[in-house]
Amino acid sequence: MADTQRPLSPHLQIYKKQVQMMTSITHRATGIALAVGTLLVVCGLLHLAAGEESFNHFKGVIGSPVGLILLLGWSWSLFYHLCNGIRHLVQDAGLGYEIPQFIRSSWLSVAGSIVLTVLVWAYVWMAGGAA
Amino acid sequence: MSAKDAVVKDRRNPLKIARGLGSSQSGVGHWWTQRVTAAALVLLGVWFVVTVLCLLHADYATARAAVAKPWNALLLIVFVLTMFWHAVLGLQVVIEDYVHTRWKEVALMVAIKFLAVLGALAGVLAVLRIALTP
Repeated sequence: MADTQRPLSPHLQIYKKQVQMMTSITHRATGIALAVGTLLVVCGLLHLAAGEESFNHFKGVIGSPVGLILLLGWSWSLFYHLCNGIRHLVQDAGLGYEIPQFIRSSWLSVAGSIVLTVLVWAYVWMAGGAA
Repeated sequence: MSAKDAVVKDRRNPLKIARGLGSSQSGVGHWWTQRVTAAALVLLGVWFVVTVLCLLHADYATARAAVAKPWNALLLIVFVLTMFWHAVLGLQVVIEDYVHTRWKEVALMVAIKFLAVLGALAGVLAVLRIALTP
């Protein structure tokens, strides 16, 4: 519970669902997912430093079905946060604030993230799978 | 310059400055650092993904040799540090927005900072170990 008696601003249930609202929420959600994913990067580096047996074990775990599903989720999260992050940087520079531009750039982030994810996994598949 | 002029130039309510609340603190520094690390991570993130994809079917020796290359080792260290820095700044905003009980907010923030420093140093040490041991 909040320990202040101040009124809170209206929350999600008040607003009509819009794409620019979903991109904003998803940016946060993918940010949290990627914050957890940082541990995977460090885990990989530690296993690589620890020796061949250890590294092969790590490769086995991330190449397992569960590992691949997590990697798929993390890769999309990364590309979404990347595309939408660039969109936010552009907006921070003061550009693209007209409502139609705002909506268009939202869809652009979503589409860009899906295209990049598909491209990467198509490459992985063509190169003979992840394992 | 008198105190009154300073307030006018600052565009802040004098009471706000006196109480030390709101933008009288360090919000701009946080905002700017988050953007700078974001811009760095656009480049480093793309480089990291490409590097990992290039090592897709590499055996252990090849992967280790790739990480040990001076430029790769340097960029990996920068990537790990920037990544954790940006993650802490981002999680801080989320926690400040959604955790409304002061002690939980502080405890969570301290825990995340401990974890981030631990993770960042572990990552840097791993890269150094790979780069510096033959």
